[in-house]
Amino acid sequence: MKTYPFIIELLQIAILLGVSPALTGWVRMMKCWTQGRTSPGLLQPYRDIMKLFSKDVVLADNASWIFRFTPYLVFGTAVLAGGVIPMLSIDLPIASTADVIVIVALFAIARFFTALAGMDIGTAFGGMGSSREMTIASLAEPAMLMAIFTVSLASKSTSLSQMVHVIYSGHSLFRPSLAFAMIAFVLIALAETGRIPVDNPATHLELTMIHEAMILEYSGRHLALIEWAGMMKLFLFASLGIATFAPWGIASAGDIGFVPASFLIMMLKLGAAGAGLVLIETGLAKMRIFRLTEFLGSAFLLATLGMLSFFILE
Amino acid sequence: MIVTPMWLLSSSVLLLFLTVLLTPLIKGSQRFLINTSFTLTSVASLLGVIGGVWAVGGGTTEKIILEIGLPALPFHMRIDPLAGYFITVISLLSLFVSLYSIGYIKGYLGRRPVTSLVICYCLFIAGMLMVVLADDALFFLVSWEVMAAASYFLVMFEDEHIENRRAAFLYIVVAHVGAIAILLSFGVMAGLAGDFENFSGYTFDAMRQAQLPVQWATAAFLLAFFGFAAKAGVVPLHVWLPEAHPVAPSNVSALMSGVMLKTAIYGIVRVTFDLIGDFPWWWGAIVLILGLVSAVMGVLYALMQHDLKRLLAYHSVENIGIILIGIGLSMIFTSYHMPLLAALGLIAGLYHTLNHAMFKGLLFMGAGAVLHATHERNMEEMGGLIHRMPWTAALFLIGCVSISALPPFNGFVSEWLTFQAFLLSPALPNQLLKLLVPLGAALLALTGALAAACFVKAFGVTFLGHWRGHHTPRVREADFPMRLGMVLAAATCFLLGVLPTVVIDWMDIISEQLTGSKLRVSTGAYSWMWLTPIAPERASYSGTIVFLGILFVVVAAYLVLHVKPGAIHRAPIWDCGFEKINQRMQYNATSFSMPIRRIFGFLFNIKEQVKLIPRAAHPFFPKKINYYLRVRDRFWGWLYKPVVEVSFYLSRRVGRLQQGRIQAYLIYSFITIIVLLVFSR
Repeated sequence: MKTYPFIIELLQIAILLGVSPALTGWVRMMKCWTQGRTSPGLLQPYRDIMKLFSKDVVLADNASWIFRFTPYLVFGTAVLAGGVIPMLSIDLPIASTADVIVIVALFAIARFFTALAGMDIGTAFGGMGSSREMTIASLAEPAMLMAIFTVSLASKSTSLSQMVHVIYSGHSLFRPSLAFAMIAFVLIALAETGRIPVDNPATHLELTMIHEAMILEYSGRHLALIEWAGMMKLFLFASLGIATFAPWGIASAGDIGFVPASFLIMMLKLGAAGAGLVLIETGLAKMRIFRLTEFLGSAFLLATLGMLSFFILE
Repeated sequence: MIVTPMWLLSSSVLLLFLTVLLTPLIKGSQRFLINTSFTLTSVASLLGVIGGVWAVGGGTTEKIILEIGLPALPFHMRIDPLAGYFITVISLLSLFVSLYSIGYIKGYLGRRPVTSLVICYCLFIAGMLMVVLADDALFFLVSWEVMAAASYFLVMFEDEHIENRRAAFLYIVVAHVGAIAILLSFGVMAGLAGDFENFSGYTFDAMRQAQLPVQWATAAFLLAFFGFAAKAGVVPLHVWLPEAHPVAPSNVSALMSGVMLKTAIYGIVRVTFDLIGDFPWWWGAIVLILGLVSAVMGVLYALMQHDLKRLLAYHSVENIGIILIGIGLSMIFTSYHMPLLAALGLIAGLYHTLNHAMFKGLLFMGAGAVLHATHERNMEEMGGLIHRMPWTAALFLIGCVSISALPPFNGFVSEWLTFQAFLLSPALPNQLLKLLVPLGAALLALTGALAAACFVKAFGVTFLGHWRGHHTPRVREADFPMRLGMVLAAATCFLLGVLPTVVIDWMDIISEQLTGSKLRVSTGAYSWMWLTPIAPERASYSGTIVFLGILFVVVAAYLVLHVKPGAIHRAPIWDCGFEKINQRMQYNATSFSMPIRRIFGFLFNIKEQVKLIPRAAHPFFPKKINYYLRVRDRFWGWLYKPVVEVSFYLSRRVGRLQQGRIQAYLIYSFITIIVLLVFSR
């Protein structure tokens, strides 16, 4: 058995853990620039996480084991997803553990338990956040799967490594079905990672927050894990989008010499994805929660159009 | 004596009948009765599990003929892998539920005698086993009626409540409308098999050999599907299900939802794949469409409920839908002679049958434990039970995670297989199906995500937060037999989730016999770990590694972060400085589902009213706010109400014949005799 796929696997998880706060820092920094504010710098998320880890945990009196278990689980699913999504190379030993449907389900586990943790304390905010999060998720998930199915129709596989491999060695660089699916994916990724116009990660205003409402009661290392997992989720969705729609630069199987170059290309693409996110977030306002049906409905329609155009045009 | 699967299963059924006979003898001591009878049913179920597992694993087909019943029409019994599989499903859940019942039924001690419950419980399980074992139409229908009648009395058990009597009546009506359709379907098939000359066509063997003309085969299929759909609770024939399942004792609800509905799935598979065997694609399309409608509508109705058992009952509608999606896809693939894909769809449907039996059984047992402890079914009054019932809470959570199709538990495996079957539908030669079938995958995804939302609500409102009720009852944890039943069901959910390849390799023979191809989900080294239907580069999933991976990271993170001990402090809830926070301010079941009610509200008949009762001095500060919400099934008004009204109208008309005077009746008899004499000369 070859050892270098395992090294790449470990490397990839190390990058996920290490670089994901920088991606968040990059997005926040550019957001500050575009809004004419002074930014706290690229490294501020690292400092935040370090600070939270060193603090004590304050738990509400009636917090149960679910509340204490959830941060670890959320962290665990994010790390596992990072081991499966090809970032540097498609040669990952645990890639066949989970195809793209499983990855969507891994995020669903994290969401399920975060929503339970939100209801555990028994405050109105927690329940409100859980209720909204599960509603949005139930609308986003069909659209997400439709977008991914459209891509998997072209590659005849739901395994991510295989999808990357097929698109990589594909004959046509640009397919109309993929364009539709990509727009749908971007809309859903905004919803899933809790960005504007769906949710505002920077707000703690009672009536608008969704994800923040669920984790309002967390503190100390629990909050650090959740925040870190949230940053990893943004990183993972960016990587998932890159792997599905723009995989050029990911090293193919056995091509170990290409991995450093692949790392540089990945950083460039992530930087560009972050810039795109900032443009969207700065250009749009947060939507009312009941307008989101239109937003996610159009994502679903676009994904369906992608699927139809695959059958009709390709 | 040679022990064979058939021998084991016959002894299992006989043991159940013996228990029925024994019950009146020992009814003097109710506690002893409960211990003895439920131990005996556990043993009988264990025999059934062994027999069923053996029959599937060994690929046995065995027949016996019982010389009872009508003269010259003996009862035929047959065990083959398909029957063995459903026997395993039924017996496995019966085993867990029987152990659970030893504890649960003791809750009735001192309140009401349980003799009738025990008798009907044994007959109910025996009836389900016999339905699956039957190899002729007569025995099948007799067993079907035994099952329906026994479950009717079980639904009626607490008959002092009017809603129980109404639910039981509705149940028996729908069950019999369905039974008539099944009878007619068998009639069509038996008549054509025996050329309408004699009764020899009533055995399933004769029906298998008969070549039915297309229009008659279609009639037989539509009748059988209607009949079985009524039993399975397929939308729009589902209305009895959420009424009858919640009011039965919880151990019976577990069996009704977990396995009784599955006898209808068995019937559909048996009639289409085995007895008829050759069918056009649109039969599969009907099954698929009704499956999708049931799945989506079932979960949306479930989200609107605040009665824990009613919510679970609506989820049975959803899961029957998911099972039918797999079977419908399999039928479409079979009709285009794509055996491998047909095997995938069939295995997905059948695997979900087993999974649903386990997690729905577990959830109903959990709901029963909550009911047993709090005497409350309304979730709006519950909360915080995780502190007082830690075992029940943890086990119920496993059921919730399984039914929400989250890895590494079992519900995910079968939904994943169904998704794979959907994704292979572009291989179909029919252009229309190619375009439309993948949209079904989106509906399945919607169902899965809504189910997760619903179970966050069910678990969160019941077990988390604070107690919402006005008075706090003394809540005690479930006793040992109840916990044992739930632990076993939860462990099965977990094993079915992480070791799906072992189970699918075991049951693969069914797909080989019915669709002509094995699925062969596992290939290569360490094959038991990787679930790879079709081909490894197509898709693969390993529940084992997902579980171990998450476990590893969770444990590692926990250990790393707990180097410094004692850094956790407890404090009261942050009340934003108002000091008036109370447990009625928590989100409850109705408020949790409010966004979904608003988005999907057009599917329901919703009446919502908010009434402010003002204070005389301060009109802007109301004394009280009354909130009224009623969510109704639209199907009731569209489909059932007209039928009910017409039948009442007709009965009133016909009722005029009943004069109550002897002279009138003598005239009726006289006219009848004259008419008969005139026409039958």
